[in-house]
Amino acid sequence: MDRRSFLKTTAFATAGLTLGGSVLFPSNAAELVDNPPPKKPYEEALKEITKGKPVSDSDKVKLVAPEIAENGAVVPITAEVELPIEQVKAIHILTDKNHNTRTLSVYFTPANGKAYISTRIRLAETMNVVAIAELADGSFIKAQKPVKVTIGGCG
Amino acid sequence: MPKNAMIKINPKEYKKDDLVRVDTVIMHPMETGLVKDKESGKYIAAEHITSVEVFYGDEKITWMEVSGSVSANPFISFYIKATKSAPLKIVWKDNKGDVTEKVVDIKV
Repeated sequence: MDRRSFLKTTAFATAGLTLGGSVLFPSNAAELVDNPPPKKPYEEALKEITKGKPVSDSDKVKLVAPEIAENGAVVPITAEVELPIEQVKAIHILTDKNHNTRTLSVYFTPANGKAYISTRIRLAETMNVVAIAELADGSFIKAQKPVKVTIGGCG
Repeated sequence: MPKNAMIKINPKEYKKDDLVRVDTVIMHPMETGLVKDKESGKYIAAEHITSVEVFYGDEKITWMEVSGSVSANPFISFYIKATKSAPLKIVWKDNKGDVTEKVVDIKV
């Protein structure tokens, strides 16, 4: 094979690969929109959950979060309610300065055996992470923890 | 298109009525809708999980509402009480109508 035809073939092969890649992974061409989703401030999210009922601080809610999160895109958190599972209806995780502050809501039944949730969340900046437990009698208890973020995670 | 998902039961060996931890992870980009595309200046459309449902046998035992503030490839773990031998099915749904299902068998 001479040099010219070699160059031609490789050029075609490369073009083919690039094209094939974009067909195989269409997610590379992400869909674009003009507006971001609507903002949900903390007060609004809180109202949505509690319907205006008071939320008291309690040491029955155990919230584990790092004091300093180097990467805001992945912040491991664990929330647990130290009450019998029959008394706990749900755990809501809120982040008070994110674009959408209502991060995760988990609804339990007695088949869970334990009101526990562990996940990884995004934090755009330094803020409080709040775990609100909804109890079967209709009351709400919470625990909150400030997390320092060095690099934000919400784009 | 269903995504890749994984369920792991901790500990691997358990007896009847033991509390076992269920670790779940799904490969999902979790686009918040807030990231700007550098070329066009438009926003990349939101694409994230909105709900997770857990069925143990025929019973729906746990359900979750998820927003874009949860990290990409969301890892979620919770507990169940292994009261019977039955399939544990987890269903993830996203805001684009994508549904992913995964089943593990609980044997006691």
